[in-house]
Amino acid sequence: MRTTITVNGEARTLDVDTRTTLLDALREHLKLTGAKKGCDHGQCGACTVLVNGERINACLSLAVMHDGDSVTSIEGVGTVGALHPLQVAFLTEDAFQCGYCTPGQICSAVGMLQEVAENWPSQETADLTGRITLTDDELRERMSGNICRCSAYPQIVAAIKSVAGETA
Amino acid sequence: MRAFTYERAESAQAAVKSAAETPNAKFIAGGTNLLDLMKLEIETPAHLIDVGRLPLAQVEDTPDGGLRIGAMTTNSHVAADARVRARYPVLTQAIVAGGSGQLRNKARAGGNLRQRSRCAYFYDTSKPCNKRAPGSGCGALEGLNRNSAIFGASHACIATHPSDMAVALAALGASVETLSPSGQARAFPILELHRLPGETPEVETHLIPGELITAVVLPPPPEGGQVYRKVRDRASYAAGLASVAVAGGNLALGAVAHKPWRAVDAEAALASGASPAEAIAAELAQASENGRNGCKISLVRRLVPAAIDQANGRGA
Repeated sequence: MRTTITVNGEARTLDVDTRTTLLDALREHLKLTGAKKGCDHGQCGACTVLVNGERINACLSLAVMHDGDSVTSIEGVGTVGALHPLQVAFLTEDAFQCGYCTPGQICSAVGMLQEVAENWPSQETADLTGRITLTDDELRERMSGNICRCSAYPQIVAAIKSVAGETA
Repeated sequence: MRAFTYERAESAQAAVKSAAETPNAKFIAGGTNLLDLMKLEIETPAHLIDVGRLPLAQVEDTPDGGLRIGAMTTNSHVAADARVRARYPVLTQAIVAGGSGQLRNKARAGGNLRQRSRCAYFYDTSKPCNKRAPGSGCGALEGLNRNSAIFGASHACIATHPSDMAVALAALGASVETLSPSGQARAFPILELHRLPGETPEVETHLIPGELITAVVLPPPPEGGQVYRKVRDRASYAAGLASVAVAGGNLALGAVAHKPWRAVDAEAALASGASPAEAIAAELAQASENGRNGCKISLVRRLVPAAIDQANGRGA
């Protein structure tokens, strides 16, 4: 089925089987292998990408459902020559060991920081009508959809906090 | 995943018409539950009708002081809506207690209500399950049933409904608006949406096959405090073992039955002056266990009075 998705700013037209997930379209058809296939059931977050600016699990979506959408994968978040501040922070804070979950962690953090900027609540938000402060508990809760098997969580929290501090 | 054809519906009317005319068709919007089940070949639709882009994603004020939530509104957008947060905090709390940020950005209000059970025997295609394969038996009855129902179960099925959002909607007395396969609109209380399992656990709602949920309507908020509390094995991103939504004098329980369980016996006891502990004891008089889920009875006995006290500003 003919499907056109704007990926990292460039319109890409694919002819995909309807069963192709957005994740497989990125990885297998467009050879953008940054987004990772971990569990393939929406439980680990390794496949997280941004669709029209919001983070989702690319494994739990069909490519054909995204005809007309704008998708940003880790390849569009930053480049080797122009890293995103979160990518710099993950390096500075040593926020990974094997690195498999890292593209999903960073895409998720980009979306999460935008959600905080828009004052979206989480289950750690005690005052639903006030301004949200990104405490450590808020940050951990908001990133709970991204699993790190190496358990680099303290460094991931530190990396995201350092960027949130700059932009807050 | 089995092969299927796909279309993007142009309108709600076109969607229900297509569903009525196409064998083995299913609606898809967020797809977070349906695609998971399709990968496991528990769901095997021959045709998907994508209703996710229908113009049903607004939260609007109703003339009587309530809110109408379009069925295609994402869980995140419902939870973040300023009116929901100010007037229906139990709904925001319930939604953010479910799934992850990524899932809530994709899952829609309508699909949240149509989620299927997370019962391990429903998911394991090597095991009997009357919900997945009617007539094959229930593996959970004498199996690993710690997550199973304590209210309203049958000998055919002891699975629970997984939604947190629906529990808050049940406590708030919400209604559901639908479009039937013949194109007729109708509305009915959310408590009449989901079924108990009985002899046919594969039939989970009172919807007509091919009927599309178009909106959820909240009446004006009830007088009194609201709170949603959920107990689970992890602090975040896990299904509940038991949950409760308090909205004024209304109580609904989650993860304990095949549907959001409105605790009418407890409500009646509270209304006639019983203490929260006495009230939930009245409700639990009809609870039953299947070996490993007796812990849920203890959890509910402690959780509900604590939540009622919290909703009424008497400690947490």
